[in-house]
Amino acid sequence: MPTRRRALLILAALTGLALASIVLALCVGSIRVPLADVLATLAGDGSGIPGEVVRSLRLPRALAGFACGGLLALAGALLQVLLRNPLADPYVLGISGGAGVGALLAILLGLASTGINALAFLGALAAMLLVFGLAHGDGGWTQTRLLLTGVIVAAGCGATVALMLSIAPEHKLRGMLFWLMGDLSQGASPTLPLAMLAATLLVALPFARELNLLARGADTAQTLGVAVPRLRRGVYVVASLATAAAVTHAGSIGFIGLIVPHLVRLATGNDQRLLLPASALAGGALLVIADTLARTVLAPQQLPVGVLTALIGVPVFLFLLGRDGRGRNA
Amino acid sequence: MNPHPAVPLLETRRLAVSIGGSVVCRELDLALRPGERLAILGRNGAGKSTLLSVLAGLRPPQSGQVLLAGTPYAGLAPRAAARIRGWLPQARGDAFAATVLETALIGRHPHLDRWDWESPEDARLAREALHAVGLAGFETRNVLTLSGGERQRLAIATLLTQAPRLLLLDEPLAHLDLNHQIAMLELFAGAARDCGAAVAMVLHEPGLACRFCNRALLMHGDGNTELGPVDAVVNADALARLYAHPLRELRDGEHRWFIPA
Repeated sequence: MPTRRRALLILAALTGLALASIVLALCVGSIRVPLADVLATLAGDGSGIPGEVVRSLRLPRALAGFACGGLLALAGALLQVLLRNPLADPYVLGISGGAGVGALLAILLGLASTGINALAFLGALAAMLLVFGLAHGDGGWTQTRLLLTGVIVAAGCGATVALMLSIAPEHKLRGMLFWLMGDLSQGASPTLPLAMLAATLLVALPFARELNLLARGADTAQTLGVAVPRLRRGVYVVASLATAAAVTHAGSIGFIGLIVPHLVRLATGNDQRLLLPASALAGGALLVIADTLARTVLAPQQLPVGVLTALIGVPVFLFLLGRDGRGRNA
Repeated sequence: MNPHPAVPLLETRRLAVSIGGSVVCRELDLALRPGERLAILGRNGAGKSTLLSVLAGLRPPQSGQVLLAGTPYAGLAPRAAARIRGWLPQARGDAFAATVLETALIGRHPHLDRWDWESPEDARLAREALHAVGLAGFETRNVLTLSGGERQRLAIATLLTQAPRLLLLDEPLAHLDLNHQIAMLELFAGAARDCGAAVAMVLHEPGLACRFCNRALLMHGDGNTELGPVDAVVNADALARLYAHPLRELRDGEHRWFIPA
């Protein structure tokens, strides 16, 4: 269990990492903007094409990437506690599936990006309410029942997505596939996901110690003074809304919600008071770095960022897992 | 310790409990006062754990009332209840890795405010509890690497760290070797004697029940229960009916032991 002082030090270091990743995202790309110009632009007096590129293209994209990465990692950490399952991720309960159905339907109908976002969000909410209603059933709300309901709803959404892909006209397929793999290039304003990230953290952090207990089992938590049914419902709603916001903005970017909480857990332990904010910062930084690579590695072609998050995350995760295994056996 | 000695720490009034269509108990009137130790005996599936989880406020009774220090669970905030009663579950599974000290420290939760972090004083209490169950030196061990008996003693240490006045123990001796069985029972008896705690525990060894408890509840599995002083309720005949197996009573000074015939 980290002391409060150590937790603050770790969070400060991660904040530095997140800021560095955003500055990197602002510097590199098809036009290389020197660090001094980036800082000048951020201070408000950048001019010319580089200033414009940083201000209106790269900054919104970097901030949106940070927000979505943070939201996904946070939602993953919350759901892993809620389901007491290390394999849980923000998509396991069908929320991204619902969003995918909505978004693909909008693309098929030829709606503009606002319409895509709106339908994606509606789809995510519908999946969330469906899972919640079905899993709630007779009042007994076990992790297994919730997980099974979510997995089944997700499977149904997956089949619907596959159906829409198979009947979609050729020229819409690429857009649909990119949406499904996760894509930050649509350039919508990052305000909403950023606000959502801040709100999720503010709501979740006061309950962090209770979440530590919930991770030990519902009955144990209850007898140690946690109002378990209320906490579970709250966690479910908060994690679902966070996922819905991220997926609506950036599509279903895989992997971050599963792997970032584990990375942080391996590095710092499983105290939610540190794990939740650290996951948000690390998830944001990882997605910003991955997105920067996605638009620079094969420039001018842009790669789906979800592929990059996996390619970065897997080796880092395996390294930490190996180190942890050795430490435990020593 | 108890501000109102007249009020029992735990009281049930006309309590009826059933699970899966079978009746566990009916019309059970039970009162546990500070210093009392109650042994709950019965066959597998008689409903001992179910009754204990009702007493712990984890599941609602079919009818009747459970009062914790005079107040029903519905009238108590979870944290307030957690400062009065502690519960030792029969089974536990750890989903995530954690150290032994962290696990003992979760017992401090009901004593901490929302933004508090565990203080050195809390850590001292946790270390003392670990020492009391023979886990001194295990503080940084991962719980996933503990043996069954060590994990059981860690759960008891977490309960001691919680420091409740009412201890509800579901098979506290499970997985423990002989030496630790007696040590843990002495620990609970000491809590009752020195701190005015009340203890209710599910046991499978009638001799230990006689030695460490002053009252006994026999659960026959059909809704019938016998409650009384351990010397009056626990004897070879009653146990033979309870376990559906003949038993012989042996005396060794002041202790009584029961062996299957």
